[in-house]
Amino acid sequence: MSVLVQIAWILQKDLLIEWRARSRMFALVSFALTTLLLFSFAVGPDTKALREHAGGYLWLALLFSSTSLLDRSLRVEEESGAMDSLLLAPTSPTAIFYGKALSNTLQLVVLGVIALPVTLALCDATLTGSPLVLLAALVLGAMGLAAPGTLYAALTARISGQQLLLPLLLFPLIVPALLAAVKATTLVLTGDPMEQSGSWLVLLACFDALYWSICGVLFGRIVET
Amino acid sequence: MKWFHISGAVGVVLLVIGHGMGLFVAPPEAMMGDVGRILYAHVSTAWISLVAFLLAFFAAIGSLWFGRRGWDASVVGFVEVGVVLTALLLFQGSVWARPTWGVWWTWDPRLTTSAILLVAFTAVLLLRSVIDQPDRRMLVTSVATIVAFVDVPIVYMSIKWWNSLHQDFSSPETVSSYMVTPLRISAFGMLFLMLGFVGMRRRIELIRLEKEWSLQPPPERPAALNLSDEGTQ
Repeated sequence: MSVLVQIAWILQKDLLIEWRARSRMFALVSFALTTLLLFSFAVGPDTKALREHAGGYLWLALLFSSTSLLDRSLRVEEESGAMDSLLLAPTSPTAIFYGKALSNTLQLVVLGVIALPVTLALCDATLTGSPLVLLAALVLGAMGLAAPGTLYAALTARISGQQLLLPLLLFPLIVPALLAAVKATTLVLTGDPMEQSGSWLVLLACFDALYWSICGVLFGRIVET
Repeated sequence: MKWFHISGAVGVVLLVIGHGMGLFVAPPEAMMGDVGRILYAHVSTAWISLVAFLLAFFAAIGSLWFGRRGWDASVVGFVEVGVVLTALLLFQGSVWARPTWGVWWTWDPRLTTSAILLVAFTAVLLLRSVIDQPDRRMLVTSVATIVAFVDVPIVYMSIKWWNSLHQDFSSPETVSSYMVTPLRISAFGMLFLMLGFVGMRRRIELIRLEKEWSLQPPPERPAALNLSDEGTQ
């Protein structure tokens, strides 16, 4: 089997697992929405401030939910030694990484698409830019969270009772992706007179390219030991 | 008397000379006055903390490549001392920024990157501390160190898009010649002190790892792993 076919199989397998455990996804969506609601409470009923920072709230809600999502995607493989069986199948570790990272990206995008209208409603924001730019920011931003997140979830999956470690490792790392994604999203929501959102998206794409390649190489070393 | 004792002692002597010259011989800074004298401590800490993380990065590659305890202990030494230096750096910077900029903290690229550097490498040490399996711990430490280090320039560039308030890099060309000598001496002093601490920390870690190895040989594949460090010690 070529690597591409293997990636497709891993992606299908992971999405199927998530689909069969839909209640977990539902819990994740509820968590993201609760976080959004709490941001509005924390800022107070200041509509102007809420509108200006809507992009930031959306991404923070996604980021907080992503740790649980990423952690789970690798923890299911540690139960009853599924990862060893996968590797013995034999599946290339590269395929496992890209399959899982793609599955995590897709789930994050779905989460973002659900959380976006809620953010718009809660923060009284409107789409002033192109929805395509917003979708690009969502997909590229989710990719930026998913690749390092999948790698670090693999690093921490075998450690029990240390749920704090994954966000602790991941959050400092994804600052550039978060910054660029928030900037691009905010520009779409509040207007982009200087046409800056394109350059933020390019920056985000560069970050993604770098991390999808480095993490793909390192992942093999982690799961094979 | 080990090499790191000598290195540390040389570092302390150089630091005393460099700081003494900076405090009593060099002229006060034209714009900042005597406050600018923190330069000798602050700039040398900044340089040497980056040197420590750079060496940690190379040691992590070595540890990933050779899988020997000596490399693993070096990574721990460099990362720990780098974290301490970065914490000192942020503290010195705050002390200096208050009278100069009027604020304790600002979202300047260099400040923000240093803060992120500090949390990223602290997380690496925390991650290391909760793994019991020696070979797994070595692998995880080196991978996390490599990824954290590669991230530094990207974080810096991405935050640079915000407006910058920080001084330009201090290099011998941008500083008056009366200030260059104490700065150079302080930087070398800091370098030797850093190497001394790292050497000491590496030695402690090696002893700890060896003890762990002799006390509880892992039940599976004890002979397959080449974790001995006879060649380097």
